[in-house]
Formats: sequence, structure tokens, C-alpha cells
Amino acid sequence: MIHGRNMISIWFFIGVLVLVYGIIIFGWGCFSGGHSATGRPITLSGLRTDLWMGGFMTIAGAFYTWKFAPKGKEK
Amino acid sequence: MPCPTVPGFLLATGGSIMSLEAVDLVVIVLYFVAVIGIGLYLKSHTKTGEDFFMAGREMTAWIAGLSFLAANLGSLELMGWAGAAYQYGILATHWYWVGAIPAMLFLGLVMMPFYYICKTHSVPGYLQLRYGEGSRMLAAISFGFMTVLMSGINMFAMAKVMQVVLGWDLNFSIWISSLTVGAYVVLGGLLSAIFNEVLQFVLIWLGAMLVPIVGLIETGGWSGMVARIHSNPVVQQHIQGQDFTHLWSTMGSFSGNPMGIHWTGIVFGLGWVISFGYWTTDFLVVQRVMSAKDLRSAKMAPIIGAAFKMFVPFIVILPGLLGLAVLPQLLVPENQRAAGLFTYNDVLPLMLARYLGPGLLGLGVTALIAGFMSGMAGNITAFSTVWTYDIYKAFRKVEMSDDHLVKVGRWATIVGILISIGAAYLAMQFQSIMDYVQALFSFFIAPLFGTVIFGMMWKRATPAAGFWGLLTGTASSVAMYVWVKIDPSALHYIALSSNAKDMAENMYRALWSWCICAIVTIVVSYCTKPKPQSELVGLVYGIGEIPHETALPLWKRPIFWAAIVIVVFFVLNLMVW
Repeated sequence: MIHGRNMISIWFFIGVLVLVYGIIIFGWGCFSGGHSATGRPITLSGLRTDLWMGGFMTIAGAFYTWKFAPKGKEK
Repeated sequence: MPCPTVPGFLLATGGSIMSLEAVDLVVIVLYFVAVIGIGLYLKSHTKTGEDFFMAGREMTAWIAGLSFLAANLGSLELMGWAGAAYQYGILATHWYWVGAIPAMLFLGLVMMPFYYICKTHSVPGYLQLRYGEGSRMLAAISFGFMTVLMSGINMFAMAKVMQVVLGWDLNFSIWISSLTVGAYVVLGGLLSAIFNEVLQFVLIWLGAMLVPIVGLIETGGWSGMVARIHSNPVVQQHIQGQDFTHLWSTMGSFSGNPMGIHWTGIVFGLGWVISFGYWTTDFLVVQRVMSAKDLRSAKMAPIIGAAFKMFVPFIVILPGLLGLAVLPQLLVPENQRAAGLFTYNDVLPLMLARYLGPGLLGLGVTALIAGFMSGMAGNITAFSTVWTYDIYKAFRKVEMSDDHLVKVGRWATIVGILISIGAAYLAMQFQSIMDYVQALFSFFIAPLFGTVIFGMMWKRATPAAGFWGLLTGTASSVAMYVWVKIDPSALHYIALSSNAKDMAENMYRALWSWCICAIVTIVVSYCTKPKPQSELVGLVYGIGEIPHETALPLWKRPIFWAAIVIVVFFVLNLMVW
């Protein structure tokens, strides 16, 4: 939050973007099964980093969005 | 090969390292929407000159600290240093540890009070208060000129990277990135640049952190990675039996390490002159700290930046080392780029493409773009401030309204962007200009540090000494560079070894130019009349009171956190000694 000014916190913007990214990456991971549509080889794709990272970003993004959401009307 | 799912207008001719899918493009487009959205939102909060040029001086220590670090993560930082790690091994980490941490802590604890208390708008502004108009003009014109030129050169380099990595068209990359940066900086000034830099910092980490994690899983941890580097038959010709995974133990001689440098060059050239010069006097980064809401926040911001800086090698250096261990092909220097061959600078994109699936790859590319844009915004906001306050206002010598200064700042941003684009196209025509301009920029930093540090620490330093020290230091640095270009055997005198690589030469040239600046400053000071002490209050150590935090509990004091950072710094160095 910016000191002494009624302004939406940067952490709120970051939270929203990370939440949206998390949902997209997690959702696409579920849909595609972690494989590339173009046949690009992905090393250690069995680790399912898309689900882990997407899930982490969804939770972290949701927390920051909630924690730093604008409270009340701006001046 | 370019992916058929990428729109045709993005594509240049030739192949590419990555093939993006629709979901990756959605991730990238959302990033551009977010940064423009933030700029539009902040426009209504940017009303005064202090808002536009100094972000209202209302930033918390965390925001100022992360922005301070993100502005430096720009240009080719991520890909360039990953490439340097592939080329020189773990020695590249020196630029993140000894080449950054002590200087950042020194800025926070020692220098920031002087910058902050005098309420100047810029580093040239400090020189004007301390020495006078001559030093300010010399510093401002050099800085302004070099900043936009560097911004353009880096913009071209970024577009070139996007062409090689993604197959995107050069013109598309140059215009879309510069117009986006221009839009959010014109709208919200430094406030908007800082907000976006914090966002970019988070995205850089999220996009790049999976590469070292998955890479270490693949190699079986650090020791497994080291073993695979030494057993990978592809890179044996490149490493030639040298140690690529120890930081200090190979630096007892010039020929014992891949960089051809002695520890004295790293400690005194990099750790002292270049590092202190860049982190304490380059206005591109110092401007972020000056925006802090109070002196304690201004002191804490570089300390927070230093704490995060120590761990950046995890996402930059480690991918380069992992590339040595796992990539099935040998990477080559940039001047040997050819069809089917990848260069050192391609190592990070290659590792991203190796480990990241759809969506995550888009996030990784977003991290690269965010890095480029945060660096460019840093250059443009610094240029706009120096132009408005240190050249335009100083030259006009008349009172100006706040509204007028903001208008000038907005126009300076637009003009700075256009000059940058012009410089990018100039670099496209004369690619060797990139090497010369980068060297020219380094000429200025070392002597400027000499001038600023003598001004802050020595009350006897006179206005004439400030000007002549800065001028002779810069001129001597240029002269040494030209000498080696004309007569390569001069490298033995400048860098103390004919084995020295470009980076080693830069270290020693910076050290000598700083020494020349220091000697001239001292000699001229004793020959000329100093300023009265009454004019130096708040500008020089020992004259006037500097507020301290002794009333605060220990854990709230900057010195406490700086001590923790320096302990971790030593532990990290010992771990890979």
C-alpha cells in the first residue's frame, strides 16, 4: 500500500494477475494432460509442474487478491 | 520452427528455439493488458511533479526495494548472465554477490541519508548542490545521452532475442514493447514504472524458478550436476579441464579460471569500483530508492533489494550451469551464430523450452519480456527526470510551475522513447555499435563514483576538483579503451595479463579510471578554494546531523537487517568457495 494515499495496493493487482494465470495454467494442465499440442518434448513432464505451479499460483493469487482488495470507496 | 498456432504478423523468417501455443499467447497478452491497465489507473493519482518524477516520495521500503532490484533485472540481464554462466561457469555469480551486495548495503546505510536529506531529484542534482553547475551539467548530459542510447541498443537486443527465440518479427517486438512502456510511463510517470516493476519482479521469479528446480531434480542435486558437467562429452572442449563450479578457489592466478582474471580484479575492480559506481551513483536504480516515504524506508529499500539480489543466481546462474550438464549440444559465442547452432545467450530459453509445458512456457516468456520492459522503463523514467530537472530547468534558469514540469517530463518520456527506437534501428544497421556503446556507458560510472564518494566523505573536495576529477576520469577510461583497440598488446598493462577476457579488462580499466579521478580530485582540491561549511550541511559526512534509528527496537533498525544480509552473503560464498 502506498503510504498516506487512498490508492489500490500494487499487491492487489499482482494477486489478480497471478490468480488468473494460476487458473489458466492449472486448467490447461488438466485439459492437455501436460503434453504439448505441437509435439514438443518436455523433459520430466511426469512431474506435472503445470498442476503444481498452477495450483500454487491460484492459491497465492487468491490470498493476495482477498488480503489487499480495495476496502470502501476511494477518495 | 515457428509454431503454426502463432499469428502470422508475429513471425520473422528463419527458425526459432520455442514454439508457443495458444495458451502461452493468452498468458503474454494478459501481461500487456495488466501493465497498461495499471498505467491507466495510476494516471488519476499522478498530479504533481513529485508524483510524476519521484512517485510522490511515498513508497514503502518493500516497494522501493523490489523496484530498485527490478530496474536492474532488465535489458539482457536474465539471458545475458545465464549465458555468462554457461561461458564462465559459476564465476558469473560474482556480479550478484561481491559485485552487488556490499555496494547495496553501503548505499542504504551510508549514502542514502545524504541523497534523501538534501531532497534532490537526481544524482546530477546532488552534484549541483555539492560541487556546482559544471559537474551537474557534465553528469546530466552524459547520463541522459547514454541512457536513451542504451535503452535503444537493449531494445534492439531484446527484439533480436525475440526473433531468435520465438521467431517474432523485429519491428513488431521493437514497437509493441516500446509503445507499451511509453504508454504506462507517460500516464503514471515513476509511480507507474515502480508499480509495474514490482509486478514484473514477481512474474520474473514465477516464470523462471521452475527451471532450476526441475533441472536439479533431473541431475540429482548440486553434486549430481557438477558430476554431469565433468562427464558431459559435449562440453569437454569448452571447459578444457577448468573448474566451472567454484567461486574463489580458482582465482589465485590469471590462467586458472575460465575468465582469465585474478581475485584482485574481482575484489577491487568489480567489488569496489564498478559495483559501488553502479549501485550507488547510477540514477536508474538510485531514483527508485529516492522515492521512499521516509529516511528509514530509504535506508531499508537497498537492504531489502540486497536480500533478494543474493538469490537471483538461483534463477539466472543455475540454469546456465544446468545447461552445461544436460544440454545435448554445445553452445557457441554470439559471433559464431549460424543455422543449427545456438549461442551462450540462448541457454535460458533452451532450458525454459526443455522443462516448461504449455502455459508455463508462456509465463517463462512473459518473465523475459517483463525483464526487458522493467529495464527500459528504468532508463526512460531516469532520462525524463534528469532531462527535466538537470538540463531543461537548469538551462532555462526561471521559475516553472509544477504543471509545466510534468508536461515537460511527459514529452521527455515520449522523445526518449522515440530516440530509443531510433537507436534500436541504428544498432540494426551497425551491430558493432552495441559493443562500443556498452563500453562507453561503463566509462562514465567509475569516475562518477569517485566524484560522488569524495563529495560525500571529504569536505575539502572543491567544486573545481569535482568537475576536473569527473572529466579526467572519464577521458582516461576512454583513452585506455582506445589504446587496447589500437594496440592489443596494451592489454598486458591495462588488465595486468594478456590472458584477460573482455570482462577482466573492464574491471581493471574501471579501477584505473577511478584512481585517476581520485588523484585529480585530491590534487585540484588542495590547489583551489573549498566551499564554506555552511553550504555543505546535509551533503557531506560530519557536517550537520544525520538522523539515526537508535530509538527504535533493534529489529526495526536498518543496520540489524544489513548485518543479517552480510552474514548470509559470507555463508553463500563459503558454500561454493
